Amino acid sequence: MLTISNLQASIGSKEILKGINLEVKPGEVHAIMGPNGSGKSTLASVLAGREDYDVTGGSVLFEGKDLLEMAPENRAAEGIFLAFQYPVEIPGVSTTNFLKTAMNEIRKYRGLDPLDAVQFLKLMKEKMKLVNIDQSLLSRSLNEGFSGGEKKRNEIFQMAMLEPKLAILDETDSGLDIDALRIVAEGVNQLRSPERATIVVTHYQRLLDYIVPDYVHVLYKGRIVKSGPKELAFELEEKGYDWIKAEVETV
Amino acid sequence: MTNQPNNDLKSRLLADFRNSEERMNGASKSALHQIRREALNRFDRLGFPTVKHEEWKYTNVNSLIKEVFEFNAPSAITLEDLAQLESSQLNGNVLYFVNGQYQPQLSKIVSPADQLSISTLSEAVKNTPDLLNRYFAKYADFQDNAFTALNTAFASEGVVIHVPAHTTVEAPTILRFISDARQMNVASQPRNLFIVDQNAEVKVAESFRTLGDQASFTNVVTEIVVAEDARMEYYKIQNESDMAYHIGTTQVYQQDRSHFYSATVTLDGGFIRNNLNIALDGSNCEAHMYGLYFPNGRQHIDNHTLVDHRKPNSHSNELYKGILEDRSTGVFNGKIFVRQDAQKTNAYQSCKNVVLSNDATMNTKPQLEIFADDVKCSHGTTTGKLNEEALFYLQSRGIPKTEAQSLLMFAFAEDVIKKIKIDPLREQLERRIQAKLAR
Ligand SMILES: Nc1ncnc2c1ncn2[C@@H]1O[C@H](COP(=O)(O)OP(=O)(O)O)[C@@H](O)[C@H]1O
Ligand SMILES: [Mg+2]
Repeated sequence: MLTISNLQASIGSKEILKGINLEVKPGEVHAIMGPNGSGKSTLASVLAGREDYDVTGGSVLFEGKDLLEMAPENRAAEGIFLAFQYPVEIPGVSTTNFLKTAMNEIRKYRGLDPLDAVQFLKLMKEKMKLVNIDQSLLSRSLNEGFSGGEKKRNEIFQMAMLEPKLAILDETDSGLDIDALRIVAEGVNQLRSPERATIVVTHYQRLLDYIVPDYVHVLYKGRIVKSGPKELAFELEEKGYDWIKAEVETV
Repeated sequence: MTNQPNNDLKSRLLADFRNSEERMNGASKSALHQIRREALNRFDRLGFPTVKHEEWKYTNVNSLIKEVFEFNAPSAITLEDLAQLESSQLNGNVLYFVNGQYQPQLSKIVSPADQLSISTLSEAVKNTPDLLNRYFAKYADFQDNAFTALNTAFASEGVVIHVPAHTTVEAPTILRFISDARQMNVASQPRNLFIVDQNAEVKVAESFRTLGDQASFTNVVTEIVVAEDARMEYYKIQNESDMAYHIGTTQVYQQDRSHFYSATVTLDGGFIRNNLNIALDGSNCEAHMYGLYFPNGRQHIDNHTLVDHRKPNSHSNELYKGILEDRSTGVFNGKIFVRQDAQKTNAYQSCKNVVLSNDATMNTKPQLEIFADDVKCSHGTTTGKLNEEALFYLQSRGIPKTEAQSLLMFAFAEDVIKKIKIDPLREQLERRIQAKLAR
């Protein structure tokens, strides 16, 4: 589904991603862990199409198509979704308001008829229940004055609405209490299917108790320096990153 | 006489005045005409402002005064012509003026006469001279503003509204000023006077439009008195052509416990200068000023506002927003005076701009002059580009860039537009903004 080969990206003269290789197949959940500043958000942003980063080398194929050639909106229409680490506040634009536009743009791209108001509302009700989010929150200016947890829940709500093929969650768990964490995880697990895949960027192993990954990768200084089964996450939780750093330095 | 470049239009206007005076016979002795003559002399002394004048630093009237205009030109405007303008259908009082001339055949007044006295300025001169003598030219200062002096000197047509005490006028009133510039360069100088008496309430909008693509010049002055406990909503809406020059002054005078809400929305127009001056000459007053300007091409839009807190315990609140495209220019100059007597004043001012092109320019200048010690005042201006983070966020959800940009800009504008409480007017503006964003 997603094939990242030797991906390199920089911002200005600063090299951040130094050759990432990753293969994600349908149905899989990949966790990406690593110390702060390793390049996890950069990787997520480059996949979603943020223009601040210059891709200086490598390639990314999504279902055989060259992802890096596509505008961010087309990547979304192809089925990629990024839950932002720091969701943006947008005054005057409510979730309901822009999400309907978003859904119908995606449907248009896929050659489907737009949803009418009734269909949209019905879908919304259903997904609101799933992530336990309130209508009033969705009618307010996007993320403006939202608590950390509300912002993250709103990201998951949008994901549930858009039903992406590949969801990338960038530290959606940070700052959440255990109940919110469970809701987020449930939202993700509901979407799990043999056709869909998820990349979970996280700092802590605890989210992985709820979203059990097939693979765990450690990103450090712009490279994936270690990959393994879910047990790797426990090891990291226990021992921290120093042993990995040490391993990398000795190479 | 000095040989300034503005002598052309100026000397023509002076000559016009003298000619019309000769035809007036006895009427030239009236009190009203004495004011006109005084204003003309003042205009003669002041001349048109140059960019050396602090208030006109960014707004150069040079090209305006080089044009030749036909003042109050006749126009054979038809309903089909009007349909072209796609104006909002308003359930209320609608008065049309074309090139400064009242068009009774296009106008309708639905409010009962005991709720709302509404007449043209020329009728009011004949029918309610006492009202005019009491209020006319008593608020809009023509000593320092050449355009107000010019308007006062030539004041002949416009609208006089009087809302009697303790009356709430349900129906909104809209004054539609159209420049018919299909055949030639045209000019008009509407002069309006609105008196909202004690504890009365009214909503009035002024709309300015252009037909045709010759040059037009509108020099409008509106004086507004909001008496004790009265409430007024006032909207000024401008959708003029790129060849339109517009200079306007709205002078508001508020008495104790009165409320004044205004929105000035300028979507199009070649060269625009709006002055909104509010004198809060009462305590416990509220004045709310909202503004939106959205120039593109080479349009120039200048908003000057002045709030003069003269008495204690009043509140003023101001939010102006601008979206600037292409090579357009914008000016915001917001002055707040708090006089020594005006203790416990609460004054808030904010001006926010989004500049969408590297060639567009926005000049902002907040000016606070505070002579009282116990006041709360704040002001802030921001001028920046479109929020790239927000744009990416929306794109990442599947919304194409141009649409995401429109969505963000519309939300930005809506902050001001939602303040307009006349629904058809607001909805029409929303459509126009959407259309301009989609261009
Ligand atoms: N917009 C930016 N400008 C400059 N440096 C950046 C920018 N974004 C990220 N970086 C730098 O790139 C590195 C990786 O950042 P990031 O991808 O956010 O790491 P992580 O998500 O793993 O904590 C850090 O050193 C960070 O400071
Ligand atoms: Mg990060």
